Amino acid sequence: MNFDEALAAFDPAMGLEVHVELNTATKMFCGCPTEFGAEPNTQTCPTCLGLPGSLPVVNGKGVESAIRIGLALNCSIAEWCRFARKNYFYPDMPKNFQTSQYDEPIAFDGFLDVELADGEVVRVEIERAHMEEDTGKSTHVGGSTGRIHGADYSLVDYNRAGIPLIEIVTRPILGTRERAPEVAKAYVAQLREILLGLGVSDVRMEQGSMRCDVNLSLAPKDSGLLGTRTETKNVNSLRSVERAVRFEISRHAEILSGGGSILQETRHFHEDTGITTSGREKSDAEDYRYFPEPDLVPIAPSREWVEQLRSELPEPPRVRRARLQEAWGFSDLEMRDTVGAGALGLVEETIAAGAAPQAARKWWLGELARRANEDGVEVSALPITPADVAGVQALVDAKTINDKLAREVFEGVLAGEGTPADVVAKRGLAMVSDDGALAEAVATAIAANPDVADKIREGKVAAAGALIGEVMKLMRGKADAARVRELILESLT
Amino acid sequence: MITRSAAQLAAALESGETTSAQVTEAFLNRIGAVDGDVHAFLQVDSDGAMAAAAASDARRAAGAPASALDGVPIAVKDVLATQGIATTCGSKILQGWVPPYDATVVARLKAAGLPILGKTNMDEFAMGSSTEHSAYGPTRNPWDLDRIPGGSGGGSAAAIAAFEAPLAIGSDTGGSIRQPGAVTGTVGVKPTYGGVSRYGLIAMANSLDQAGPVTGSVLDAALLHEVIGGHDPLDSTSINAPATGFVEAAKQGANGDLSGVKIGVITELGGEGYQAGVLARFNESLEVMVAAGAQIVEVSCPSFVHALAAYYLIMPSEASSNLARFDAMRYGLRVTPDGDPSAEDVMRATRDAGFGDEVKRRIILGTYALSSGYYDAYYGSAQKVRTLISRDFEAAFAQADVLVSPTAPTTAFKLGEKLDDPLSMYLNDIATIPANLAGVPGMSLPCGLADEDNLPAGFQILAPAMQDARLYRVGAALESLLTKQWGGRLLDRVPELGGAR
Repeated sequence: MNFDEALAAFDPAMGLEVHVELNTATKMFCGCPTEFGAEPNTQTCPTCLGLPGSLPVVNGKGVESAIRIGLALNCSIAEWCRFARKNYFYPDMPKNFQTSQYDEPIAFDGFLDVELADGEVVRVEIERAHMEEDTGKSTHVGGSTGRIHGADYSLVDYNRAGIPLIEIVTRPILGTRERAPEVAKAYVAQLREILLGLGVSDVRMEQGSMRCDVNLSLAPKDSGLLGTRTETKNVNSLRSVERAVRFEISRHAEILSGGGSILQETRHFHEDTGITTSGREKSDAEDYRYFPEPDLVPIAPSREWVEQLRSELPEPPRVRRARLQEAWGFSDLEMRDTVGAGALGLVEETIAAGAAPQAARKWWLGELARRANEDGVEVSALPITPADVAGVQALVDAKTINDKLAREVFEGVLAGEGTPADVVAKRGLAMVSDDGALAEAVATAIAANPDVADKIREGKVAAAGALIGEVMKLMRGKADAARVRELILESLT
Repeated sequence: MITRSAAQLAAALESGETTSAQVTEAFLNRIGAVDGDVHAFLQVDSDGAMAAAAASDARRAAGAPASALDGVPIAVKDVLATQGIATTCGSKILQGWVPPYDATVVARLKAAGLPILGKTNMDEFAMGSSTEHSAYGPTRNPWDLDRIPGGSGGGSAAAIAAFEAPLAIGSDTGGSIRQPGAVTGTVGVKPTYGGVSRYGLIAMANSLDQAGPVTGSVLDAALLHEVIGGHDPLDSTSINAPATGFVEAAKQGANGDLSGVKIGVITELGGEGYQAGVLARFNESLEVMVAAGAQIVEVSCPSFVHALAAYYLIMPSEASSNLARFDAMRYGLRVTPDGDPSAEDVMRATRDAGFGDEVKRRIILGTYALSSGYYDAYYGSAQKVRTLISRDFEAAFAQADVLVSPTAPTTAFKLGEKLDDPLSMYLNDIATIPANLAGVPGMSLPCGLADEDNLPAGFQILAPAMQDARLYRVGAALESLLTKQWGGRLLDRVPELGGAR
């Protein structure tokens, strides 16, 4: 059933669970490093391996990050809370329980106002944000699915075990109707933006440092009921969040309108095909036998500390965007494009380094976005700094180079040839400012194109363009076109 | 040599009368001679102990002993992780596991220069009161080899009573240091919860477990307590206070003067269910203390009658979760069923083969108690009882400096006698469990032999949290008064073993 038909008959309800790996230097309950990409099982100790007798000790920085995230999401911060054990067996869980939080999360009852592309704002209520540890990472070798069933054997890397995680859980998001997929994507995108601003996580979905589980259910239209939900995992990009919601809405609707019922289960999203497939069945009867972690003492963040952290929070992204748009005089479209390209901070820093707002926007969203796209990386990952971009613009403003030469300068900077000034010097890109040399070129051009020159003499000033092109060719592009035009007109009128 | 107290051995080392190598060798020889009968040890590390002894002698020769007990050997319950020495917790499931790290207690023993003789036997994962639940066979009581040495730390207590070690470490979750102390005529101390690091102590019930000294005298326990106690940043529940003043308190108590000390006798821990001979020795001890100037008050702790029930919900709940990690995936036993087994199949087969019946019983109990729908009724209620017990202690300590009771209701029973009757086995800990639930410190010391069987009876002293020094003050006083009355230590009356005494 297609998406529109589905919505004609049903109301979707969503719940989003986002796991964020904190970027603390050490793990949540031991001193092991958290660096991504190390040799498997080299960043482990008795505690994160769950060896008999080992004990956890809470990472204070992790608690601080959790509180800051809670505050940024407008949550209340618990005056007293505990960790709890979530008991279940799985080979990548060293203790066969996960140290998490249960009915006493560190942050609760918050919200995030999510702005959609057309400027509409949807408030997403946050039920809780709690601290927990990550599990090890299983790799299932052999078999066709990469999943545990059918695998020849499995490998487990415990480097990830014990990495601090914050799980952020929304309340059911209702009434978003056909915008549900868009709301889900925008929520995750803006959550990501907030977390980036807080500097608490790398929030790289492709590396798994931010993971989203999508809970979705349908109920008959206008019934006000909640249907049976599925939980879709493995949703590893913003685009996938949107696709997964869209797919599940259609799939649920298909089953429900055929008289079937939804199986409460975990589903896996497939990036390549955009569909979800059944994972393990997950009934409400699954019993994690939570109880307070007896190896850890309760966490009671003082109100003074919480208020201090609140006072040090960065400006919320929406507020910041509005302030910057006003200051830069960008249109809504220009602003949206800038944010969408992930270039807001880059543009801001470029302006701070002296460039005019429109110039900063032009380079980051034009030439540099094109390069990033070619290289398949985020624009922020290009090897060029906002100071470099401002430097290029300064050279343009000083008429040392023109826009065309600027592109060559960018090429040089990206190739590691040094600062914009270095590149101009090394490649000899500075424009010729000597009127004598220019006048000579102008005379040559006029002599070679007498018919064009006649037109200009007759008052057809627009024809100057052809002569300017000729002069620029003679100067190998290293001339200020405006000055060339002046010289042409001077000599012909 | 081997019958000397640790304090005497330390003095002999200090004076140069003997060396750590000689002392350590003497105990290793004793182990060789009698442990075939007693089976106090699961592992004997002769090479490691002799190397540590040599290092100790070198330090002393250089005039730089590491501590008061430098060179005095010790036995360690197999519940503590020892780097390079197999650690099994008395279980098949950990057979062959050699820890890559030392428990903090073990690290402190090593830093203080005590050669580690080996690892002592215990009920599997410290679950039991007789050491019969060890997967490696029972330990026998040196007073009567047909009887149990208590448990779970029967190995450590028997090692002291059999003069196989002058000092030992035990762990006490519901009485596993004190009850073996009582039935073997030795001294056992469960420190204040958080007073001794639990890092490397393989957990049965994290909120109750505490490692502590097992020795032949109160002073020896105080000396050892100061070595192993004190704050450990690796244990979040560790109290940030130094472990000092215990030796001083024991020395003060040894003068036998109890003037002005108020001793509270707990009404609920005595009377029905307690062996007549045990009660007789307990009451005589009270009289001795009164004669030494103590004032006796009777205190009631009405919630204590629920302590055993609460304990048998909290302990198995925590244990069921703690023991989940033994799944054959990373270390220890692995049993692979025939066919094409999944990871879950391997876990199931390994846990079935690797855990004994008592462990399985408690895992099932705990899993049930934590289950959704039962949690409030079981685990939740038990935690409330725990709060009530703490309040009873507070009220009682408002009336008395220390509280006292018999340590265990009976003397050592015969091997096999209670093996098929878990409830009767659990009752052995009825007087020791309240201290664990409230986190207060407790000591058991011998108070004589029961008339009906000529076997040791234990006297339990309890103090408020962080007031462990009171145990040493009062315990040392009672010990010195009784020793005077008996004309020597009770331990000197242990029957000869295997010829070599």
